[in-house]
Amino acid sequence: MAVTDTDEPTRRDFLYIATGSFTAIGGAYLVWPLIDQMNPDASALALASIEVDLSSIEVGQSMTVKWRGKPVFIRRRSAEEIEAARAVPLSDLIDPEARNDNLPDGSPADDQNRAPAGKEEWLIMVGICTHLGCVPKGQSMSDKKGDFGGWFCPCHGSHYDTAGRIRKGPAPQNLEVPVLTFLSDTKIKIG
Amino acid sequence: MSGDHTYQPSNAFTRWLDERLPIMGIVDHMMDYPTPKNINYWWTFGGILSFCLASQIVTGVILAMHYTPHVSMAFNSIEHIMRDVNYGHLIRYAHANGASMFFIAVYIHMFRGLYYGSYKAPREVLWILGVVIFLLMMAAGFMGYVLPWGQMSFWGATVITNLFSAIPYVGDAIRELLWGGFSVDNPTLNRFFSLHYLIPFIIAGVVILHIWALHVPGNNNPLGINVKDKQDTVPFHPYMTAKDGFALVLFLILFSYFVFFNPNAMGHPDNYIRANALVTPAHIVPEWYYLPFYAILRAVPDKLGGVIAMFGAIAVLFILPWLDRSAVRSARFRPLYRQFFFIFLACCLGLGYLGAMPAEGIYVIASRILTIYYFAHFLVILPVLGMIEKPKPLPESISKAVLDAHGGSASANAAAAPEKR
Repeated sequence: MAVTDTDEPTRRDFLYIATGSFTAIGGAYLVWPLIDQMNPDASALALASIEVDLSSIEVGQSMTVKWRGKPVFIRRRSAEEIEAARAVPLSDLIDPEARNDNLPDGSPADDQNRAPAGKEEWLIMVGICTHLGCVPKGQSMSDKKGDFGGWFCPCHGSHYDTAGRIRKGPAPQNLEVPVLTFLSDTKIKIG
Repeated sequence: MSGDHTYQPSNAFTRWLDERLPIMGIVDHMMDYPTPKNINYWWTFGGILSFCLASQIVTGVILAMHYTPHVSMAFNSIEHIMRDVNYGHLIRYAHANGASMFFIAVYIHMFRGLYYGSYKAPREVLWILGVVIFLLMMAAGFMGYVLPWGQMSFWGATVITNLFSAIPYVGDAIRELLWGGFSVDNPTLNRFFSLHYLIPFIIAGVVILHIWALHVPGNNNPLGINVKDKQDTVPFHPYMTAKDGFALVLFLILFSYFVFFNPNAMGHPDNYIRANALVTPAHIVPEWYYLPFYAILRAVPDKLGGVIAMFGAIAVLFILPWLDRSAVRSARFRPLYRQFFFIFLACCLGLGYLGAMPAEGIYVIASRILTIYYFAHFLVILPVLGMIEKPKPLPESISKAVLDAHGGSASANAAAAPEKR
């Protein structure tokens, strides 16, 4: 097809290439719906937010709630835990970013940027290890809390500190802090 | 080799069919296909694997008639199969243990190829198609394990899909695309069921290519030398069909032991607990056949690095024909390679053991050493051996080697020409 002996492109060459290109682009457009159907659908995207009552949590206790299919860790930290987290120099951290969805990207991962402002006692994070998505241990009093007294992921051995920051192991990032608002002193909204 | 025999239709109907669809010629070729007469029982695993694939498809299609792919019903529908469906427990155990038996057979088949150099020219494409089948089997096995929606199903799916989030920039988008949501959930289960049903048929297609690529150069053999004339071969039927059949019976005895007497030996008790998104089991392990690769994943103290190492451990198999520079195929004539083969086998078994152990202390250190050795075997040892190893002298021909080994009497000569049956 479209074989010519002249060096000069002919009208037929043009039509041949144009038809081929048109078919290729059209084909590519046709493939997209077949791929995009796999993305989160409208029902999954209908962003659910939840409200949580914190009044029953004593100092040193934790609670796990489910938000968008994932566990959210809520810990009322003791003074020692806050102090331990504050004493860590930023240079000791594997991930120097706060990973706090309430703050601009790139905020440093010091303790103040991990806990809600003025409510440092509360640490609220998505309880999904940033390595491969397991739920770390450390919510229950009897759990193994890892080398840094926070959380320990049993799947591949990631250790998180009392501010939920990755300190040792294969996980690349600190535990994610979701968007949250304090509706009152004892009530929060996640999402 | 494939053109040794030309098919002559024997009656009016086959002549009529042959002019329209020359399928009888293929059947005829399969029967008369000349196989080296010295191939041993390690060569029977191809037939065993064909049986495994057929068995998995038959039991799988039946299970799909009774299974419900929905997060609130999947776990119960498995128990329904186990308790209510006539022979349901038997069919499910045959399918679940069938997957393990499939992998036992494929690993033996692959190590046989490694030992006898079956991946070398002119069989590179045959080997690569085999690695493609292995990858497809791993995908099918993984998705099948998710379907019962137990704790190991759910957390296995979570860990494996999270591997893709290690890809820079687009990782999170790919992960959401796989999940169809923000965590492993009903859309994930649905699509895994769909793909789990599809993949075996893709495997069947690649198996046809694999056999095609086998029949062009013909079988390798324990001596690793080329077939020279008809004296070196026997027809596939009845010689290999009988041998494969006998080996299959032995294999089925082992298969039956697991199905009838120890059906949960290769499973994990946690998978009889319904999936719970808020509690990760204390110790997540994949199915045994993924353990060496899981150990490699955990050996690397970096998320992306671990994922690359794990996939690299399989990817390196694709280029194996070009890493092994030795012109001699069979390890029988490669004294150094033979030793390194067994060290490599031990390395893979060691990685399998470490994959099942917790990711701490001495286990992590051992996994790192063995992971480095795994890659060194392919990337350093094989290329270097090709340069420095002095192989033993090769026999003149398959026929001569067989006769020498058996005294070379006149009666052996008669038995050595069974194609004159």
